[in-house]
Amino acid sequence: MNDKPEKLIDKKGIRLDGRKADELRPLKLQVGVLPNADGSAYIEHGKNKILVGVFGPREMHPKHLSLSDRMVIRCRYHMAPFSVQERKSPAPSRREVELSKVIRESLEPSVFVDLYPRTGIDVFVEVLQADGGTRCAAITAASLAIADAGVPLRDLVVACAAGKVDDSVVLDLYDLEDKVGVADVPVAYMPNLNAVTLLQMDGVLSPEEFETAVNMAVEGCKKIYLLQKEALKTRYMTVKEEVEE
Amino acid sequence: MPTFFEKKQLVTPGELLAEGDYMPGENTYKEENRIYAQRVGLVDAENKRVNVVALRAFYVPKMGDIVIGQVTEVGFNGWTIDIKAPYSAMLRASDVLSRPFKPQNDELSQVLNTGDLIVAKIASYDRAHDPQLTVGEPGLGKITRGQIMRVTPTKVPRVIGKKGSMISTIKQETGCQIILGVNGVILVTGKTPADEDLAMMAIQKIEAESHTSGLTDRIAQLLKEEKSKMEEKKDE
Repeated sequence: MNDKPEKLIDKKGIRLDGRKADELRPLKLQVGVLPNADGSAYIEHGKNKILVGVFGPREMHPKHLSLSDRMVIRCRYHMAPFSVQERKSPAPSRREVELSKVIRESLEPSVFVDLYPRTGIDVFVEVLQADGGTRCAAITAASLAIADAGVPLRDLVVACAAGKVDDSVVLDLYDLEDKVGVADVPVAYMPNLNAVTLLQMDGVLSPEEFETAVNMAVEGCKKIYLLQKEALKTRYMTVKEEVEE
Repeated sequence: MPTFFEKKQLVTPGELLAEGDYMPGENTYKEENRIYAQRVGLVDAENKRVNVVALRAFYVPKMGDIVIGQVTEVGFNGWTIDIKAPYSAMLRASDVLSRPFKPQNDELSQVLNTGDLIVAKIASYDRAHDPQLTVGEPGLGKITRGQIMRVTPTKVPRVIGKKGSMISTIKQETGCQIILGVNGVILVTGKTPADEDLAMMAIQKIEAESHTSGLTDRIAQLLKEEKSKMEEKKDE
């Protein structure tokens, strides 16, 4: 990390990876990729590659963790040893435990938990390759996987980050911008209900900058939501088209 | 009071379906006066009631449903049955033996053992209690022959077809007996394993193409073709 670049944005306002300030990285979403799970999704967000498998609703194991009035959501965020430059120990790190909690809590408001008491769903997030903004990509994919499992949802949850790099607020930071930049604001959002389910900030921002960052992230979420909806529909449309040919 | 969908349109959870004087039907919910979808499925409105026919869902027990389940545990005075639902079901020994039951005298695993499959009816179920099963009716009880397959529970009505048209076509063409568990487990019993395979193939095709139209005719045609192929092989 000694070859730190001096400027992350050039004079024309173009970032090091060639994007404009309010431009997202290329996205690819796929639903129903794991036949052994009840629901699954795969996301490629820039260089991030994340697989999510969902099991349930099923009886809670161990039983004492179940709640008599609602469904329990469990989440495990895990990074594969080969997901980063330096081998990452496969044991859960402090960061992974925290991210598991953060992802779970951002998904919980979207699920009708009170419909199926005494049950639980398990969300397994496996990061195959990380390049900044994995929590956001994970939330976007996990919400798709839960919908694919047939769990009733209030809305899909989309997540996207914005942050401050050099002196300007930009959308969807990648690894280098995240590490060298000034601040990072991940936002998870339910587009149809216009509700935020996750809002974090790491770094220093003025109140005005924070507001622009949040607004920018929400706009990014709306763009990703269109792709998310598309991915879910594609899964069922392909069969229809094959037959109609 | 507008609606925001065309008939049979594919929708995703959270999609706004209607606003104003509408009622939430299956797989939809109401917030303020707007109706949203809960699951991926096809929308339809009927007398101000907005319904979504889910393409992906799991089985939720309902009293009176006929289900097919597997014994997972033999207990002191009954069995635990996996009915492919979020809750496992209980079958009481007194219900099966239909006589006073004493744990000292009867060895329950000789009646039903782990791994056995049964056809049963849901006797009771509510939010606070796991479902109870009963086999005290004709046609219910242990499965001794045939093959088992699974489909998504929401697609069981599609396998039955309009007024049973689809299921009777399959039964006629293959000569198989078919028991449909509402939980998506299907028992196919035929004269030969080949007949059973044919019926199962047809059901699998129905599941994969359930949201397309003209399916009954296509299934009937497929079954006829496959049957003639089988007969050709026999003649050779």
